[in-house]
Amino acid sequence: MESLEKILVQHPFLKDLEQKYVQLMVGCAANVRFDSGTFIYREGEDADHFYILRAGKVALEIHDGGRETITIETLGEGDVLGWAWLVPPYRRHADAHALELTRAIALDGKCLRDKCRDDHNLGYELMMRIVPLITHQLQATQLQLMDVYGVKK
Amino acid sequence: MSESLANPLLPAPYRVLRNKRNTHDVFTLDVEPVKGGNSPFFSPGQFNMLYIFGKGDAAISISGDPTKEQPLRHTIRRAGVVTQALEQVKPGGVLGIRGPFGVPWPVKEAEGQDVLLVAGGIGLAPLRPAMYTLLANRDKYGRIALFYGARTPEDLLYLSELEQWRARFDLQICVSVDTAKRNWMGDVGVVTKLISKASFDPLNTVALICGPEIMMRFTIQELKKNEIKSGKIFLSMERNMKCAVGFCGHCQYGPHFICKDGPVFRYDQVQSLLGKREV
Repeated sequence: MESLEKILVQHPFLKDLEQKYVQLMVGCAANVRFDSGTFIYREGEDADHFYILRAGKVALEIHDGGRETITIETLGEGDVLGWAWLVPPYRRHADAHALELTRAIALDGKCLRDKCRDDHNLGYELMMRIVPLITHQLQATQLQLMDVYGVKK
Repeated sequence: MSESLANPLLPAPYRVLRNKRNTHDVFTLDVEPVKGGNSPFFSPGQFNMLYIFGKGDAAISISGDPTKEQPLRHTIRRAGVVTQALEQVKPGGVLGIRGPFGVPWPVKEAEGQDVLLVAGGIGLAPLRPAMYTLLANRDKYGRIALFYGARTPEDLLYLSELEQWRARFDLQICVSVDTAKRNWMGDVGVVTKLISKASFDPLNTVALICGPEIMMRFTIQELKKNEIKSGKIFLSMERNMKCAVGFCGHCQYGPHFICKDGPVFRYDQVQSLLGKREV
């Protein structure tokens, strides 16, 4: 079985991260799997973890009371699921729903926040990796809001 | 030589053989010359001017297979008076056609290289003839990938063909929609995200893009991140075309006339114009 450290090093999210930081992260990591159809987390729950996806497919879903659930993004191998663990009040903004058998490394957000507080260089390295994810999601949301495929009025 | 080629401003009458609905606002017309004989030869990416007599005309890309003898095919989105009228034409009805016009996709020049096709919405229609040509000459190309984005699963075009292409072992087909209900098991997200899933040789890859301008701009950013050079990126531009031969100036785009110098441009030809608020 592959070690957590080896799996983390190979993931694009942690590309070129110094080994000492990878080892620090291993202390907060666990190998997890989610069967198809299960919810990894629900909107409003505490954002205790984030997930480095190794295989499978996860839908980020939002819903508005009685209306139908809408999928706003799907994530898969190579992607990172969740960044609310980094931003107070550390609550989920959407549901994460495994569309197929999904394997991931779960990283304990509180554990990592403590380690980042102790070692700001680790915090900087993680921030430099998380911010592009947030930026990407923001740009994608802008494009979705613009409804670029709709008929021009 | 057809009359429309002899006199590019004179529409020739064509009879509608089939009017097939693709989505709630997109349909495909198959037509043949009223006088008989074959439709003029066209190259992938070219367009025709379609006339509804008494209503007006619209520039529509040809969406059929240039490698086979078949009725002339156009996939059209309802977006104005003329396209609304075209949507109503029944088999047996007659419309006018001028063309084909415009600079085609560089499929011949892409031989020996990997080819990425990136389509957004109705932009798959002008790229489909390019895909047919690539597939008819499959051994002349490296890896071929199609990335197709649409608004919702209900807006996806050519579903049965996408399924056939996806079943091949020598093509990569990735489809994504902007939003979906829970019963959609495919990808959701912007089409540009799909590009990171492709495997291609950046120094030896040609990219063909067709879709809304903002989607093409974001796609180009992603391609550049993946080290594809500006001279290897081609895009199909859309403007209000009228004469289709560069006389009237309706489709002027900076120093270019889209009808005559395009609609397909190499990215570095239009790089300075893309994204400008007024051109």
